[in-house]
Amino acid sequence: MLAESAPTRFRDPQIEMAHGAGGKASRRLVEGLFAPLFFGAVPGPLGDAAQVDINGTKVAITTDSFVVKPLTFPGGSIGELAVNGTVNDLAVSGAKAEALVVSYVLEAGLPTPVLEAEVRAMVKAARDAGVRIAAGDTKVVEHGKADQMYVTTTGIGRLLHGVTIDPRSVRVGDRILLSGPIGDHGITILLARGELDFEADLRSDTRSVLPLVESLVHAAGPGIRWMRDPTRGGAATSLNELARDCGLGMVLFEDQIPVRDNVRGACELLGLDPLHIANEGQFLAVVSPEYADAAINALSLAPGGSEAKMIGEVREQPAGTVLVTTLYGGSRIVDMLVGDPLPRIC
Amino acid sequence: MRFVDEFREPELISKAADEIRRLAGTERHYRMMEVCGGHTHAIYRFGLKDILPENIELIHGPGCPVCVLPMGRIDDGLSIAQEPDVIFAAFGDMMRVPGTQGSPLEHKARGMDVRIVYSPSDALKLAQLNPDKHVMFFAIGFETTAPSTALTMMRAKAEGISNFSVFCNHVTIIPAIRAILDSPDMRLDAFIGPGHVSTVIGCRPYVWIAQNERKPIVVSGFEPLDMLQSIVMLLRQLKAGEAKVENQYKRVVPWEGNCAALKAMAEVFQLRPYFEWRGLGFISQSALRINDKYAEWDAEQRFEVPGIRVTDPKAAQCGEVLKGVLKPHQCKLFGRECTPEHPIGALMVSSEGSCAAYYNYEHRKAAMVSLSSIA
Amino acid sequence: MCLAIPGKIVEISSDNQDSALVDVVGVRRNIDLGLLQDDKPVPGDWVLIHVGFAMSKISEQDAADQMSTLRMLGEIDGAMQEVKGYGLEDVN
Repeated sequence: MLAESAPTRFRDPQIEMAHGAGGKASRRLVEGLFAPLFFGAVPGPLGDAAQVDINGTKVAITTDSFVVKPLTFPGGSIGELAVNGTVNDLAVSGAKAEALVVSYVLEAGLPTPVLEAEVRAMVKAARDAGVRIAAGDTKVVEHGKADQMYVTTTGIGRLLHGVTIDPRSVRVGDRILLSGPIGDHGITILLARGELDFEADLRSDTRSVLPLVESLVHAAGPGIRWMRDPTRGGAATSLNELARDCGLGMVLFEDQIPVRDNVRGACELLGLDPLHIANEGQFLAVVSPEYADAAINALSLAPGGSEAKMIGEVREQPAGTVLVTTLYGGSRIVDMLVGDPLPRIC
Repeated sequence: MRFVDEFREPELISKAADEIRRLAGTERHYRMMEVCGGHTHAIYRFGLKDILPENIELIHGPGCPVCVLPMGRIDDGLSIAQEPDVIFAAFGDMMRVPGTQGSPLEHKARGMDVRIVYSPSDALKLAQLNPDKHVMFFAIGFETTAPSTALTMMRAKAEGISNFSVFCNHVTIIPAIRAILDSPDMRLDAFIGPGHVSTVIGCRPYVWIAQNERKPIVVSGFEPLDMLQSIVMLLRQLKAGEAKVENQYKRVVPWEGNCAALKAMAEVFQLRPYFEWRGLGFISQSALRINDKYAEWDAEQRFEVPGIRVTDPKAAQCGEVLKGVLKPHQCKLFGRECTPEHPIGALMVSSEGSCAAYYNYEHRKAAMVSLSSIA
Repeated sequence: MCLAIPGKIVEISSDNQDSALVDVVGVRRNIDLGLLQDDKPVPGDWVLIHVGFAMSKISEQDAADQMSTLRMLGEIDGAMQEVKGYGLEDVN
């Protein structure tokens, strides 16, 4: 059968906002429509980047689009997210980003200083991340059609030696590591929108995680099973995807999950779970028990890794599920959300 | 977090759980209903069922204002917002609740001006900032939230802000508890009373439950230690054959309630003769409407409302789950046709609805081989 | 229903006695004090916040009393059990 004639499983009649939120609906779209057509009947687990073999050399390639309102916020802007996001997708796939190409969709009426500021931000972020912006493309659409600007970056990188990322290699007893506090970015954006009228001394955590990944690979490469940067949908989504891909249970220890006080306060006030909030400068890693201590030590000693924690372990049950446990013996399942997390008052 | 973390101290929680186990013994089976959706959410969020003995059964009550809102009311609110230059403002809780033509968020994606607000006062501010638009605030909640809506409307009147109205769906808790107790298939031993509603109405409105119905009721806070202490207090009453109203949430709940809040409600609202509660049917004197003094800010007076009644599919057993007769997973549609992603009944939409809470926090645990592996 | 969180009053607004800035571990917002007119809080007081309104003042004394009670849980009843075991039924 021709690839373009392959059957699909996506039955939603139209695309809704939830399909872009990184949660269950997004996964349905990817697994039900894109994967069967692009990758064939049995694509295997989907990662953050793809590997392409070019005459015997394996390169990793990935792409990401950035749609954020407001464009700038404490700690960063869309340009920085666009650079770091793609560098990070490559890093957690075990690759060092070499070059990015960027594509802009700009709204007519966008003031030039705004665009220039973003480009400058991207140049700086690229320099900080050690990556080159090699080429780009621009399109302009009518006023009202692009929320000022959409940015897409595609990155290509060389695979790091000594690490293979494969969710199917995850085993019972493996440890789950988190590079630092979660929730900073998503809550910063939520507050920056101004609709909820809250203020906090909080910044997006956007940064390249490549240096931390490299330290981790150096210290514990053979023990690394899987990594992911928990962006939209939060750590809960990334771990749920892993749980499903490997069929095991991800058991987290609530008291070990690092969350800044004010992020916690905002989440309590708004009825949100930090595990569902987007991050732009953190990553999760699953490491074999033999390498776990070396891994956490390497991370905590590396610049920017001092808040890294071992937050849980892989168990047989509950299979395919993320479970958060407390010190007093209570536990709760943490599922992927359907769409974006919404504040609640009830 | 002060006044929060102390009541989540793991050692004290374990101690309280031990005391509950000691008091509950093994012979008797206890059925306690937590009325308030916030308590349902807390039970699941803190995994309290894992540390309670098997013979204490927690039954989820109807205190979820989103869950009990009939679909027709959502349609009504959205139809008002279809008018040009109307902004639909509501709490985040409402955003994914489906009307017959979709939820507010879905309407937003199709071009309706829909805004999430944290406070009714934010909705009023929106009106001030957008003088050429009309802001309609879709108000929900029990007596906890009604005073804030009332005060906001009083402020709107005092400041002459006319491009603002409220679509009022406030409901009251006592008729809901009465409906539960009147239900023939109900067998309850005691109530965990709503903590935050009680900051407004006080503890006196529950006296009839203890005196007439002979059921103990403890007004409870929402932290794990609050709920566990409330269960200790209920067990002590039950074992002593007592039935009285006790206030566990003393640090916040005044026995007499909040006079200023009650006054604000009396100033703006009056009781509807009857109101339909999704899953429970029509209950008299159970909901608030805006009185004539504030007609100018009553969305139902200012706009035409279709007022069409939308019934739930027959297969959906929301009513029985709402009354605590069925557990969520016992509904035929649970986890199959009805999931948080495509909710059929509102108990699945609201995060504190028993079905959603059960689905999100619990149901796969039941499939686990053994919980003993969790240290 | 009713997500409500304790917050500390930082300052009362200068231009509106019914508005106050409240802090919850570093997150700040203006809240309405209109429901606490009969017992106005002052900076330093803790209040329970729900949908941007202060619902009630938090009694530090009651909170402390509750913590004491919780810490003693099991001890009094345990002691009672022990005493009952001696056959001193009328001890109460």
